[in-house]
Amino acid sequence: MRREGRPVFLNLFKIRLPVPGVASIAHRISGVLLFLAIPLFLFIFQRSLQGEAGYAEALALLRHPLVMLISLVLLWSLLHHWLAGIRYLLIDVDVGVERTAARKSAWTVLVLAPVLTVIILGVLWL
Amino acid sequence: MRGGMSGMGAWLWQRLTALYLGAYILVLLLALVFSGGPSAGAWQGWMTHPGVLLASALFLGAWLMHAWIGLRDVVVDYVHPFGARVTVLAAVALFLLTCGIWGTYILIQAASSWA
Repeated sequence: MRREGRPVFLNLFKIRLPVPGVASIAHRISGVLLFLAIPLFLFIFQRSLQGEAGYAEALALLRHPLVMLISLVLLWSLLHHWLAGIRYLLIDVDVGVERTAARKSAWTVLVLAPVLTVIILGVLWL
Repeated sequence: MRGGMSGMGAWLWQRLTALYLGAYILVLLLALVFSGGPSAGAWQGWMTHPGVLLASALFLGAWLMHAWIGLRDVVVDYVHPFGARVTVLAAVALFLLTCGIWGTYILIQAASSWA
């Protein structure tokens, strides 16, 4: 794989990834997290359909501290994946391909996802 | 890899499923917010409605397909030794297949509430 004389520089703390690159890595990480969480989604959905008791149990489960922590991560994942996904779909149809626009939209996605996460969970939990 | 899920086909399916998943999630979240958090009866009423069940069945299929294409892209990028790659992809496929069977079972259970 490695060619002679070619520099290898893979110190992750020294590589300065451009903002669209950060958004891209976050899109992948959030996607993998959402994939891993499929059984959790299915489990809560299944319980929520099992009568009054099941629904109450599903809601109680969502209030469990550990599940709340997981929800925080998963809600960010969902929002980031959704927003970054829309950004990619727009880039596919030639909207925002230009460097300045691509940087600006990457920043927007990276900031908006955690902000919306905090707002939504704030409304739900408080 | 040859066949229906490679190259341009996978690229296009990833985007079509993304549009459907994104729209379904948006509608669901808006419904949850604007109903002010549904009661058990209201929630189960929505989710067992034939139209919603059909939409959810499509969602399940689109979800698993989207996850498969996405995970495959990630695994192929980061896992290089052939044996390891095949093993990880097989594990992902088995995981998704299990989720698919479980999800289908949940939807059939929901549909059986019509009886």
